[in-house]
Amino acid sequence: MTTLSSTTGSIVGSRRHRARRRHVVIAVLLILLAAFFALTLSLGQSFTPPGEVIRVLLGEQVPGASFTVEQLRLPRAVLSVLAGLSFGLGGAAFQIMLRNPLASPDIIGINWGASAAAVFAIVVLSLKGPAVSILAVTSGLGVALLIYVLSFRNGVAGTRLILVGIGVSAMLESFIAYILSNAPAWNLQEAMRWLTGSVNGAQLDQAPPLLLALAVLGGLLLSQARNLEALRLGDDTAAALGVGVARTRIIVIVSAVGVIAFATAVTGPIAFVAFLSGPIAARTIGNNGSLLIPAALVGALLVLAGDYCGQFLLPSRYPVGVITGALGAPYLIFLIVRANRSGASL
Amino acid sequence: MITNSLVASQLSAGYGDNIILDGLDLAVPPGKITTIVGANASGKSTLLRTMSRLISPRHGHVLLDGKSIHRTPSRELARRLGLLPQSPIAPEGIVVADLVSRGRHPHHGTFSRWTAKDDEAVAAALTATKTAELAERPMEELSGGQRQRVWIAMALAQQTEILLLDEPTTFLDISHQVEVLDLLTDLNRTRGTTIVMVLHDLNLAARYADYLVAMAEGRLHVSGKPEDVLTEENVRQVFGLESRIITDPTSDRPIMLPIGRHRMTTGQAR
Amino acid sequence: MQSLWLAVLIAALAVLCLLSVGIGTREIVWSDVVAALGGQVDSIGQAAVTVRIPRTLLALLAGAALGLAGTIMQGVTRNPLADPGILGVNMGASLAVVIGVAWFNIASAYAYIWTAILGAGCSAVFVYTIGSMGRGGATPLKLALAGAATSVAFSSLVIAVVLPRNDIAGGIRSWQIGGVGGATFDGISHVLPFLAVGFVISLMSARRLNSLALGDELAAGLGENAAVARAVAAFGAILLCGATTAVCGPIGFVGLVVPHLCRLLVGVDHRWLLPFSALIGACLLISADIVGRIVARPAELDVGIVTAFVGAPFFIWIVRRQRVREL
Repeated sequence: MTTLSSTTGSIVGSRRHRARRRHVVIAVLLILLAAFFALTLSLGQSFTPPGEVIRVLLGEQVPGASFTVEQLRLPRAVLSVLAGLSFGLGGAAFQIMLRNPLASPDIIGINWGASAAAVFAIVVLSLKGPAVSILAVTSGLGVALLIYVLSFRNGVAGTRLILVGIGVSAMLESFIAYILSNAPAWNLQEAMRWLTGSVNGAQLDQAPPLLLALAVLGGLLLSQARNLEALRLGDDTAAALGVGVARTRIIVIVSAVGVIAFATAVTGPIAFVAFLSGPIAARTIGNNGSLLIPAALVGALLVLAGDYCGQFLLPSRYPVGVITGALGAPYLIFLIVRANRSGASL
Repeated sequence: MITNSLVASQLSAGYGDNIILDGLDLAVPPGKITTIVGANASGKSTLLRTMSRLISPRHGHVLLDGKSIHRTPSRELARRLGLLPQSPIAPEGIVVADLVSRGRHPHHGTFSRWTAKDDEAVAAALTATKTAELAERPMEELSGGQRQRVWIAMALAQQTEILLLDEPTTFLDISHQVEVLDLLTDLNRTRGTTIVMVLHDLNLAARYADYLVAMAEGRLHVSGKPEDVLTEENVRQVFGLESRIITDPTSDRPIMLPIGRHRMTTGQAR
Repeated sequence: MQSLWLAVLIAALAVLCLLSVGIGTREIVWSDVVAALGGQVDSIGQAAVTVRIPRTLLALLAGAALGLAGTIMQGVTRNPLADPGILGVNMGASLAVVIGVAWFNIASAYAYIWTAILGAGCSAVFVYTIGSMGRGGATPLKLALAGAATSVAFSSLVIAVVLPRNDIAGGIRSWQIGGVGGATFDGISHVLPFLAVGFVISLMSARRLNSLALGDELAAGLGENAAVARAVAAFGAILLCGATTAVCGPIGFVGLVVPHLCRLLVGVDHRWLLPFSALIGACLLISADIVGRIVARPAELDVGIVTAFVGAPFFIWIVRRQRVREL
């Protein structure tokens, strides 16, 4: 019996150790995020002292600072964080569910429906604001559902879902390319938003719907965190552990595509954030509980840092999607090589 | 009443247009070890998967204590009936203790906290499978036999009265096969766990089974005590193979020796 | 049986060529077509036909090249989803051309073609290498994912290169969709030698592909050096799709659809498959081009878009038909 109780002791010890590591990493990510947020608010083309930034945020009118901070920097930073959280969360949920780091929504194209609808709404129908969001979100979900239905045959195999996604996205991409190439007034900035994602021209009133979507759908995703962890052991094992596999899949697909579509309607599909966040989070936190929250934080950091870098640190100005895309490409290749070599998944 | 009686009645199941199980009846004896044997594509795995709710039957029921398992909430069922599938996936870098603690999943709701009872269950599972000293090792570093013991530990941490295993000895060499089967027998003897497993090796199946089930073409061909099931006549009917059955001197269980066409020295050809 | 199909296909191709010359955004009477084919450019109708002749020729060549390249890629990788578009080869050619234009000021037609072929080759080798690492070799899933991921990566690099260069953005944008609308005899004459070499190498590798189809070990047992056979056949395919991409831009899915159609018609013998895939590829691309001109009147749909809309559902159909194993 002594051996059993000593085993219990060491189990408890190692579990606490893992939990502590998890908490430390999440705390560090939060601090980093806050620091970057503060940096983007105070340092841009010009420097605004932190004191003035705080006064502006508290609602004071500070000459010379109010406009820059309140109209330019704050909306941008807020939307970057919200979009990053959404992409990171949705991406990681897909990667865990399909047990493949490459199966993120941006690569298997499950969120191209939102982009295509947004482009169509803006360029062809000349819509603006909430109408675009609604259209983007509904067709994002519609396309995701279509992909799900098309890959349904005696149940949905993850493999088939990925491949069908690739096929559907090829169609949608060429649709987007066609609309953009025939756009009456060719606006490169606007086009860039829908090809790679950008937070240029962000406005604060775009934030509440995003926040709401994140709260509702993100909450739904987090409620599935344990089931997702069980799914990592394989569909059969998860089912044996009492996970309703099909139900979990539907919830995850709908809510992940939902958060991503809301974000896409505002910022466009910011390249690679959904894809990169999960693996980066996995690297920092290891196998210590659900990846969802750390991945969301990493996503927010990526967008915030990428946008800052694209605005101020390079010879010409790039939208954030180009930065995350170009930086993400080598990492992606590294990941494929690594993942394929070990034959392992995320 | 909880008697752990697992019964399949008139069970038909399959994939798509392909019917694999065809009106099968089976009553699993509670508290015993049942092994299922049969030729390839005879429906062994499908039977196990249907009995553990991975597949819904076309017709018929699987009843646990008289209640259809396909109508039981999945978490509730998973607290009573565990399954170790053929190829479970170990997430990259996961350590043994963490993996085994995943077996506690059905005992938790969405927001419930981890309790001392969970820790005890995990520790007991590790001890029973002799994997306690591996607790902090990542799965990738373990041998095939150790890995299989860890997966069994995970199923044990689930603390179910019934455990189904789909070919728990595949990819293991013979000493590890015996090790795993001995372990399962220990569990059955000490905890009274009802065990149902699919095995490829007829002799090991007969050796470790209390109740042997032979399947052919999606039906139960014959079932009962190993010495009644493993007969020359049944081997011929189920596998299409001529054989001789002798008695294992160490266990008094039947052993099947295939005859084949060559290298016969004592004139068994009949 | 095969010969009968061959005759049917050649006849179909001839009809399609005529239709392609005759049908367009502008209605033309057949007498004009005949006259223009005879060299007259007196009326507007005849002039329109004169423009459509190189266009038809290019569609024919590009379709044949892409169909052939697709069959070879599926043979070389023994993978039913292999296609220059899916494998990211087109994107590789695009990236190479974009970098060449933006940074090295390439302008001559030959430089374009060489750059595209180089890019196509590099990315094909790259995608195949990463797709075939690890357990199970190059499974359809791994190849498709590696290709899709590489395409995404390359396309963001393309944007990163193009974005600061407003001067070249417009040209590259229209090139990136893939079409045969701007074809001239001059352009075709530049790419013809490359295509000719590609066709010859490809058609000669039929026997090698037949051996490869049995698996590397069996091919070796039959006295075929699998690595060499693969490299030679793949080189032919890369020449074909690189050169095509250089003139037309990336056109997807022709290389995917054609081999499957051909296998339905003539079975799995590459000695028949290869010429058939060239023929069917040509028919397909000419039809797609005609459709693109009809559906969007008075504007035109680029052929790359038409093939994507026809090809993607086909791709999904193949995926559904296949017994894909769970990961």
